[in-house]
Amino acid sequence: MDILQIVIVIGVLVLIAKPLGNVLYHVFSNEPNRTDHVFGWLERPIYALIGLKQRGGMSWKRYALSFVVTNLMLVAIGYILLRMQSGLPLNPNDIGSMEPTLAFNTIISFMTNTNLQHYSGETGLTYFAQMAVITMMMFTSAASGFSVAAAFVRGVTSKGKTIGNFFEDFVKAHTRVFLPLATIVALVLVALQVPQTLDPTLSLTTLQGATQQIAIGPVASLESIKHLGTNGGGFFGVNSAHPFENPNPLTNVIQILSMWALPASLPFMYGRFANNRKQGWVIFATMMALFLVFLTVAYTAEKSGNPLLNDVGIDASQGSMEGKEVRFGIAQSALFTTVTTAATTGSVNNMHDTLTPLGGLVPLAEMMLNVVFGGKGVGLINMLMYAILAVFICGLMVGRTPEFLGRKIEPHEMKLIAIAILAHPFIILVPTAAAFVTELGMGSLSNSGFHGITQALYEYASSAANNGSGFEGLADNTPFWNITTGLVMFVGRYISIIAMLAVAGSLTRKQWVPETIGTFRTDNALFVFLLIGTVILIGALTFLPVIVLGPIAEHLTIR
Amino acid sequence: MNEKRNKSLFSGPLVAQALKASVVKLSPAAMVKNPVMFVVEISAFVVLLMTLFPGYFNAEDSLGFNLTVFLILLFTVLFANFAEALAEGRGKAQADTLKRTKGESMANKIVGSGIRTVPSNELRKGDIVVVSQGEMIPGDGEVIEGLASVDESAITGESAPVIKEAGGDFSSVTGGTRVISDRIKVKIASDPGETFIDRMIALVEGAERQKTPNEIALNTLLISLTIIFLIVVVTLRPIATYVGVDLEIPVLITLLVCLIPTTIGGLLSAIGIAGMDRVTQFNVLAMSGKAVEAAGDINTMILDKTGTITYGNRMASDIVPIGGASLDETAVWAAISSIQDETPEGRSVIEWMKHNSKAYDATLGDGGSFVEFKAETRMSGIDLKDGRQVRKGAVDSVRKWVIAQGGAIPQDLEGQADRIASEGGTPLAVAVGNRVFGVIYLKDTVKPGMRERFGQLREMGIKTIMCTGDNPLTAATIAREAGVDDFIAESKPEDKIAVIRREQAEGKLVAMTGDGTNDAPALAQADVGLAMNSGTMAAKEAANMVDLDSDPSKIIEVVAIGKQLLMTRGALTTFSIANDIAKYFAIIPAMFMLAIPEMEALNIMNLGSPLSAVLSALVFNAIIIPLLIPLAMKGVAYRPMHASRLLSRNLLVFGLGGVIAPFIGIKIIDLIVHVWI
Repeated sequence: MDILQIVIVIGVLVLIAKPLGNVLYHVFSNEPNRTDHVFGWLERPIYALIGLKQRGGMSWKRYALSFVVTNLMLVAIGYILLRMQSGLPLNPNDIGSMEPTLAFNTIISFMTNTNLQHYSGETGLTYFAQMAVITMMMFTSAASGFSVAAAFVRGVTSKGKTIGNFFEDFVKAHTRVFLPLATIVALVLVALQVPQTLDPTLSLTTLQGATQQIAIGPVASLESIKHLGTNGGGFFGVNSAHPFENPNPLTNVIQILSMWALPASLPFMYGRFANNRKQGWVIFATMMALFLVFLTVAYTAEKSGNPLLNDVGIDASQGSMEGKEVRFGIAQSALFTTVTTAATTGSVNNMHDTLTPLGGLVPLAEMMLNVVFGGKGVGLINMLMYAILAVFICGLMVGRTPEFLGRKIEPHEMKLIAIAILAHPFIILVPTAAAFVTELGMGSLSNSGFHGITQALYEYASSAANNGSGFEGLADNTPFWNITTGLVMFVGRYISIIAMLAVAGSLTRKQWVPETIGTFRTDNALFVFLLIGTVILIGALTFLPVIVLGPIAEHLTIR
Repeated sequence: MNEKRNKSLFSGPLVAQALKASVVKLSPAAMVKNPVMFVVEISAFVVLLMTLFPGYFNAEDSLGFNLTVFLILLFTVLFANFAEALAEGRGKAQADTLKRTKGESMANKIVGSGIRTVPSNELRKGDIVVVSQGEMIPGDGEVIEGLASVDESAITGESAPVIKEAGGDFSSVTGGTRVISDRIKVKIASDPGETFIDRMIALVEGAERQKTPNEIALNTLLISLTIIFLIVVVTLRPIATYVGVDLEIPVLITLLVCLIPTTIGGLLSAIGIAGMDRVTQFNVLAMSGKAVEAAGDINTMILDKTGTITYGNRMASDIVPIGGASLDETAVWAAISSIQDETPEGRSVIEWMKHNSKAYDATLGDGGSFVEFKAETRMSGIDLKDGRQVRKGAVDSVRKWVIAQGGAIPQDLEGQADRIASEGGTPLAVAVGNRVFGVIYLKDTVKPGMRERFGQLREMGIKTIMCTGDNPLTAATIAREAGVDDFIAESKPEDKIAVIRREQAEGKLVAMTGDGTNDAPALAQADVGLAMNSGTMAAKEAANMVDLDSDPSKIIEVVAIGKQLLMTRGALTTFSIANDIAKYFAIIPAMFMLAIPEMEALNIMNLGSPLSAVLSALVFNAIIIPLLIPLAMKGVAYRPMHASRLLSRNLLVFGLGGVIAPFIGIKIIDLIVHVWI
């Protein structure tokens, strides 16, 4: 049954990813198509309002600037709203305003599509803040990521000086992708018993006569964009493990598919832009191959249970159910965990802290790679960056200087890529090491030993990959963790995106080299292997020493 | 291929010199240019300090280990330096020979109406000198008066002298070459230090070596990998302390040095220098490494028909009798007219006779007087002892000659001559006295093996375009015969540049060869321009490569050398990076095993002890560099083939090989090292 559930979900994903990729191509190719009629009436007034009559292409610098400034504006608005939320309307539960470092962390977290939550939604946010800040940012950060991905893909596949218009992409990502899909998914979730209300927390008297507070609110609307936008920030503290966020296995599957479908469809969009659908398949196949390996590890590790518990004679047939919801079981939990960190959503339907060591290694490793489907747009960009690296290293072996999609990879591009590949390990390993040399950092760890290492590592990997899931158990709402993770999220998002936009800008201006039989091909099965090899050798091996000290040492010592 | 400059890879004096140079290169100022190896040097220095002053580092217990680590690190750097020094040494040896050739000579400079003897290094552009028999030409220049045979063996290695004369395409002379006969006046064309031979010395010495764009890009990648692993290693210590694992600095340094790409970092510049050197050994001078790399990237090759694809001199391919003469008698007279004719055409007639087993009485020509070919008569031949006059030559001239002798012209002469001309051949009429016997069909022949080579170029994805002054019909015939992809008939020099621009506009890289002054603009426009050494100074200046043997078809090999250079670089990079997997499996369990005994599970190579595991990985990391020097110098074997097959093959050897080889290597070293530890 377990395997069947998993196979069905993956099967559905494969079926919807390709057509969805086509839709995305039509949205971002900016060529007139049928859907213009459907959405035009909504977009035209928006363009008129923001003074975007001429939607000319932008150079990469202008594009990056528009992206950053737009995000900055939203950060400013969000920060003010969070700090003043107690005085704003829709606060039936009388929640106070947010403390500055937590507000800083929260706002960066949501703007960067990370959704790391050092607060608990039930007690930390008003309904207004949930809608006007959290849900709003879930839309805008996802749309930002999507726009950037579209621009990057245009850059590597087209010729010219510009990579598209940020504002047009940003508007279209909302009107044509996220708003329609989020509306549909929200309605389906409501039909499946997810609450959507502005009523205050329910106060009930239980059968024993005690009073119980049951938090409710506009959950379904947040839940839908939380997954579609690979955001992951839950309405409630325990996220999708909460019965109101994720009441049953069917909503679980809907949530898995809604966070997975868009990242999985992006390779196909790229294939359409590249005018060679095989290119898209190669990227998709690479991501899927890595995903299946991770899923297998997570599932078998969880299924075989915790050896320490098995040794004392506890029934191991169920697998390791500690921290998991009985209504999902091992299969739905392992799948959710693997997808949520692959797509860097960061929502959880089980507590990652209580996964077995190898089961916990999976989400950690996926965030360290950040290419297995990956977050909104960023996963595709990262995978293409590895593709460029693979071409650069192996392309020489056909006796030509390396070229990717007909463009020479030269020192300028390599310098920019160097920034991106350096930034990721830097912002994970350096703060982790810093956390272990200061009492400020170490004080928050709730575990000694190898598990403690995993806790800290996980927190920064999650921030750097803009994933946002927590390993929990970490007392992370302290100024040290709020500020360091805030900075890591910020650098993790903007540095690599800007560097890669610069790569796109540089590639798009280059003279094309015609393809001959002497050309290194990037659209065949061999390249899938090369790409996997490059991701492992350059992306993964970097983290091997700390992984060995964390989850692997833990696994070896408890088996 | 010219083998006479080839020296064995590890000849005694070269190695001795390289050994010395590898120590000199340890100077940090030199090492900093190679950041990957510089990190190794700093690491070695740190471990040295720990060995010398163990008290400061609390390292009294591990003195022996630290000393060993220091020595291995030192040798890692020395090996890398040795590779570079060896590659440079081969160029230096060549440069020394050239410098000796250049020497210090005196020149006879014309001042006013007299001649003054001045040292050659005082000559300036525009000076005029007189060079007589036996003297050295003092500088590069143009012959403005006279004709002389010049020995250019110093630069070309070719011992046969060449004729240089004023005007035309054979007027340029090179400083350092020697006049063997006659006397010429030369107008100096370059200032001291800028002459061809100076540039050549600088090139083979590698003094002017600049990193190519691809090398810079690769270096960027290697540096970022180095920084990444620095981050990994530096952050590991505080993290490990949390679980009670105390990592010693020498062990961390070992991990760092093993992980950073030292193999390719140590060999990268040697690969580049050796690639340039292979071109030089091949008697082609590349003005920059960039040009050699560009050769590997060529998409289109523009080749002159004459001299490159065909021999250029026309050869007898048929003899056509006319006016009722038999083939045999026509052939006999054609042969007799050519007995004393030393022109290629003349010799080809005798060849033709042999080839078609036609007999003739060669004694008939004994005592006859040879009539040389002259531009006015356009005929040559022989006046036999018996008074008969035998002539062969241009159909028009022979006809006039026969008519002048009172002979009649057969009806079919015109028809046959026209047919041959229209097929791209040259008809030569053969006449004896007042009778025309027939016509020799001279044809330009394609050099043997060209067809296969063009086939190989097609396999590499390179398009060939033939340029010729012939009419389209002739051009098409030769193009078909040679198997080129495209041709331009009746081409003028400006057509070449137009074709190059057209191809370049499509993003293609174009290679071409040329020797004349009117080729210069096209040579400059092309991405790879190969000028013939026999060509004019203008052509040599414009091109980015000069072929000292003046064999234009060598451009094909130059492309192969360029590809080989790039492949070698890619193969060793892949190998180096793939090595990391095995090194991790050797060092990581060893590092943690003392504190976490369960780590033994990761010791899949079953290495003897943590200490021997660490040392074995480090030793492997060091000795792989000298082991790969021959490969870096000779280059990866290259046969023209489809890119995907080439890739699969190289990936198998260097990718998969790079993963597996260190597992075996480290295990073997460990078996030896473990005996002592």
